Amino acid sequence: MTAQVDVKQVNQGIFIAMIRRDMTAAFRHPSDLINPLIFFVVVVTLFPLAVTPESDFLREIAPGVLWVSALLATLLSLDMLFQSDFQDGTLEQMILSPQPLYASILAKVFTHWLLSGLPLTLLSPLLAMMLFLSADGTQALMLTLLLGTPVLSFIGAIGSALTVGLRKTGLLLSLLVLPLYIPVLIFASGAVQAAIAGLPIVGHLALLGALLALAVVLAPVAISTALRISLSG
Amino acid sequence: MWRWFHKLGSPKWFYAISGRWLPWVAVASILLLVVGTVWALLFAPADYQQGNSYRIIYIHVPAAFLAQSVYVMMAVAGAIGLIWKMKLADVMAKCCAPIGASFTFLALVTGAVWGKPTWGAWWVWDARLTSMLVLLFLYLGVVALQSAFTDRNQAARASALLSLVGLVNIPIIKYSVEWWNTLHQPASLTLTEKPAMPADMWVPLLIMVAGFYCFFTVVLLMRARVELLDRERRTGWVKDIIKAK
Amino acid sequence: MSGRLLEGINLCCERDHRVLFESLNMGVDAGEVLQIEGPNGSGKTTLLRVLTGLSEATEGEVRWCGQPIRKVRTRYYQNMQYLGHAAGIKQALTAHENLRWHAALTGLEGDDQIDDALGKVGLRGYEDVPCYTLSAGQQRRVNLARLHLLPAKLWILDEPFTAIDKAGVSAIEALLIHQAQQGGAVILTTHQDLQHVPGLRKLTLK
Repeated sequence: MTAQVDVKQVNQGIFIAMIRRDMTAAFRHPSDLINPLIFFVVVVTLFPLAVTPESDFLREIAPGVLWVSALLATLLSLDMLFQSDFQDGTLEQMILSPQPLYASILAKVFTHWLLSGLPLTLLSPLLAMMLFLSADGTQALMLTLLLGTPVLSFIGAIGSALTVGLRKTGLLLSLLVLPLYIPVLIFASGAVQAAIAGLPIVGHLALLGALLALAVVLAPVAISTALRISLSG
Repeated sequence: MWRWFHKLGSPKWFYAISGRWLPWVAVASILLLVVGTVWALLFAPADYQQGNSYRIIYIHVPAAFLAQSVYVMMAVAGAIGLIWKMKLADVMAKCCAPIGASFTFLALVTGAVWGKPTWGAWWVWDARLTSMLVLLFLYLGVVALQSAFTDRNQAARASALLSLVGLVNIPIIKYSVEWWNTLHQPASLTLTEKPAMPADMWVPLLIMVAGFYCFFTVVLLMRARVELLDRERRTGWVKDIIKAK
Repeated sequence: MSGRLLEGINLCCERDHRVLFESLNMGVDAGEVLQIEGPNGSGKTTLLRVLTGLSEATEGEVRWCGQPIRKVRTRYYQNMQYLGHAAGIKQALTAHENLRWHAALTGLEGDDQIDDALGKVGLRGYEDVPCYTLSAGQQRRVNLARLHLLPAKLWILDEPFTAIDKAGVSAIEALLIHQAQQGGAVILTTHQDLQHVPGLRKLTLK
């Protein structure tokens, strides 16, 4: 009985130590955190310039534009997940630790979401306003981002773990990860569109929640296997 | 059972037995494909709605079948390689990827060709076609990852894992795409859901499907044999073969 | 608990179509220091990575106390410290923060002893500056401080003397001797001659 309690406490220890380490390191290079957000804003700005500044049209494409941009911004931020840990050798220490790799990975993905998905969610109302999205639509956008971006972090982490040992990873990573992002994109932008049309979005949110649950359960297994493969070279 | 499994995993045994099977499967695939094609193009009746343009299903449907089942096969072979470290499974998974991608591409092209007379456009965002396109992306990802590693063992294990992740995702992607499709356009005429196809139409289709499977087996075995020889070139049995030639 | 502390049985390793080593049998017992020698590219680092379980041997098995390491992974990693090629520290963090994270990885609450350990590797006064301001040798020392901080039966060290000055080298040698005397074991690769280590065994890869 006591042994079990001990193990649990230690797991918590590594989980928190991991988050603390990644947060501290990230906040000492704040530009890495802000760049994906700037990217998000710039990409969204391009659409009115490329298509039309007309409010009716922008309102109609807003859910898709905002979600695709958020997705691309997340994709760009995947670099910070495992790449630097691989280069400085701390990733192999993580694998060689007696602590369960599962806890470390969960902590890393959670930190990634805190530093990328959550800021994107908080920034989104501003951009929604620039694209003339209605209040209902904005609310739905924030809810879907809140549920959807963690899934993007989990799936992205699988791709990132698979490519971490390779030299030119950027393009390959997007090729691996983007097709897997499709269901999230469909359900999330569908929810925002439904909200604009005044339809209920509980069903959409439930589907996104189911995807999140699935990702929490399955992705860490895939990520830890992928990390072991990438480091075995 | 276990012994059989191990025997199957032995490259030497596989090379010998596949060499014996290969000609027979090749003959079967040629026979099936010729009979199926002739029947489909000359003897099967024209469709009352679409006329003769429907005949492309005799390539489109088998290709789409193969595209999906090859992916499953690749993922299963990959899982076997990943878990039991069976070299032969790695080889199979690696050889499946480009073949499956080709079938997917063929299904897409024939779907587009069929779409022109039916919908009046080369491409429509039909649920099946869109899922097929995403499947092609998944295949291309596996192939790209496979070729990105210099170490063979790593390449095999990484792409096996990716194809397993893809396998879990395929039903979700399919479901989401269908859901998206019904939301945006009403269900239109689809190629494969035909009420009560007459036997004259579906029997040649069945023959074509069987022919495609045999053809796939032939290509897979040929690729796997070459890959095996390359991997095992330092072992005794490969040196024996080279000496014998 | 039978067999040697760590044992590699019939190891064969192949990388990019090249056989690095074949039918290699090796091992260490408690109280031993094993130096792995060989020219560049002979597979020293690969062998160490196989021994840690990071890489897999093409054939053969690594055993910890007689058990295959993939079966006793947690127990093995509780008793093993590995210093790899890379520094194993985060540049943005301070020496203290880095070691605190390493302690958490091992499952220890070593907060009080961290400054002590840093003092032992000659980094007193550098505890709270970010590691990117330290020199390469000092960064190696931060990593070496782990050996003082986190007790382990077996150390696997890949070129621990890289970028370390003369005084540092003899300090590390003393550390190796101490570890062996305490009943621990060390496997290391280095091009340095270890003259002062009693009972040093050598394994040469071709």
